[in-house]
Amino acid sequence: MYEFDYRRAASVADAVAQLKKTPDAKLLAGGMTLLPTLKMRLAQPSELVDLGALAALKGISISELHVTIGAMTRHADVAASKELRAALPALCELAGGIGDPQVRNRGTMGGSVANDDPAADYPAACLGLGATIVTDRREIAADDYFLGLFQTALEEDEIITAIRFPRPLCAAYEKFKNPASRYATVGVFVARFADGVRVAVTGAGSDGVFRARDIEQALAAHFAPQAAASVTISSEGVASDMHGSAEYRAHLIPVLAARAVGACK
Amino acid sequence: MQVTLTINGQKVSADVEPRTLLVKFIREHLRLTGAHVGCDTTQCGACTILFNGDAVKSCTMLVAQADGGEVLTVEGVAQGDKLHPVQEAFHVHHGLQCGFCTPGMVMRTLDLLAKNPKPSEEEIRHQMEGNLCRCTGYHNIVAAVQAASGQTPIGH
Repeated sequence: MYEFDYRRAASVADAVAQLKKTPDAKLLAGGMTLLPTLKMRLAQPSELVDLGALAALKGISISELHVTIGAMTRHADVAASKELRAALPALCELAGGIGDPQVRNRGTMGGSVANDDPAADYPAACLGLGATIVTDRREIAADDYFLGLFQTALEEDEIITAIRFPRPLCAAYEKFKNPASRYATVGVFVARFADGVRVAVTGAGSDGVFRARDIEQALAAHFAPQAAASVTISSEGVASDMHGSAEYRAHLIPVLAARAVGACK
Repeated sequence: MQVTLTINGQKVSADVEPRTLLVKFIREHLRLTGAHVGCDTTQCGACTILFNGDAVKSCTMLVAQADGGEVLTVEGVAQGDKLHPVQEAFHVHHGLQCGFCTPGMVMRTLDLLAKNPKPSEEEIRHQMEGNLCRCTGYHNIVAAVQAASGQTPIGH
């Protein structure tokens, strides 16, 4: 790692002030992506502003219509929450499949959503559930938030404080995981609401997480695994790498969507 | 910068560079070499320690992040010459060959059993995913975790 200064933020306002003062400072959440990036010398911030001590950014609250999760809530806490498992089990199961246990003991929801890795799991949950990204200064709909590979609507000095998920009738996430990294080769999040169905796909988009509108329409007409499986997804715009061709990934999308419909709860 | 943390029950303070990794601090400043650096890329789990009770990979955490917290390394697990039941189970069931991954395996098992005292074989395999062993094929590691949790080990 190159040298940097370290500062533990005393509050969200303190962290924002620090980012304004030091434009090349980086926020440190769980560090599960940032620290490996720094170790490989792929980034050289002059300062890390650690959000780890901000208790106000941690925790899960559940109301009749929403689940709200603090940005610094760890994957392990999301996976283990009994209250959340009763309200939105798909989110617990998704969180319990991120990385490995040690990663889940450090990594945070806000960190993942701010980073917007095109193969990460949480972006699929945010887009699939139509979540609201709450920041220190505004609220952003998930549909307007994810802009491309590692690109979000966040401003340089903006900090996610929480993510608010509407409670669906049922939801499920199915991931075809890379067995080494457990990132999604393809992951599909399906959520059924009274007024429609949302289907979000991660790992497959050459431009990041996206909604599979054809599958949404098929499932709105008939919410059954075979309705999702009958949709053909074009491989145009689908990512291709050593782990799977675009055609392979495109084929997996309706397969996983059908499984998610079958597992929807 | 100055950091103060509790390691294996002892308070330690040191002046460190902000970029110092926790595993480097443990191994090179404190000379506790049980936590191993295997891959240095958050994959192998050989550097696993408990931080505030949770298993974490100390190669992917700054000592600055641990400031004020509690760290347990494999050196703090036994009571004098008496092995902890998890260490004893790895010994009895031969849950190791070369032993390089073993400190991380033991620390991960402590966290697992603290949160899930009677895990199923499937749960053990899922919950030990963050620790790689290049020797054993995992069979005896799973057996050791089962034995440490008071369950009949596979193959017995």
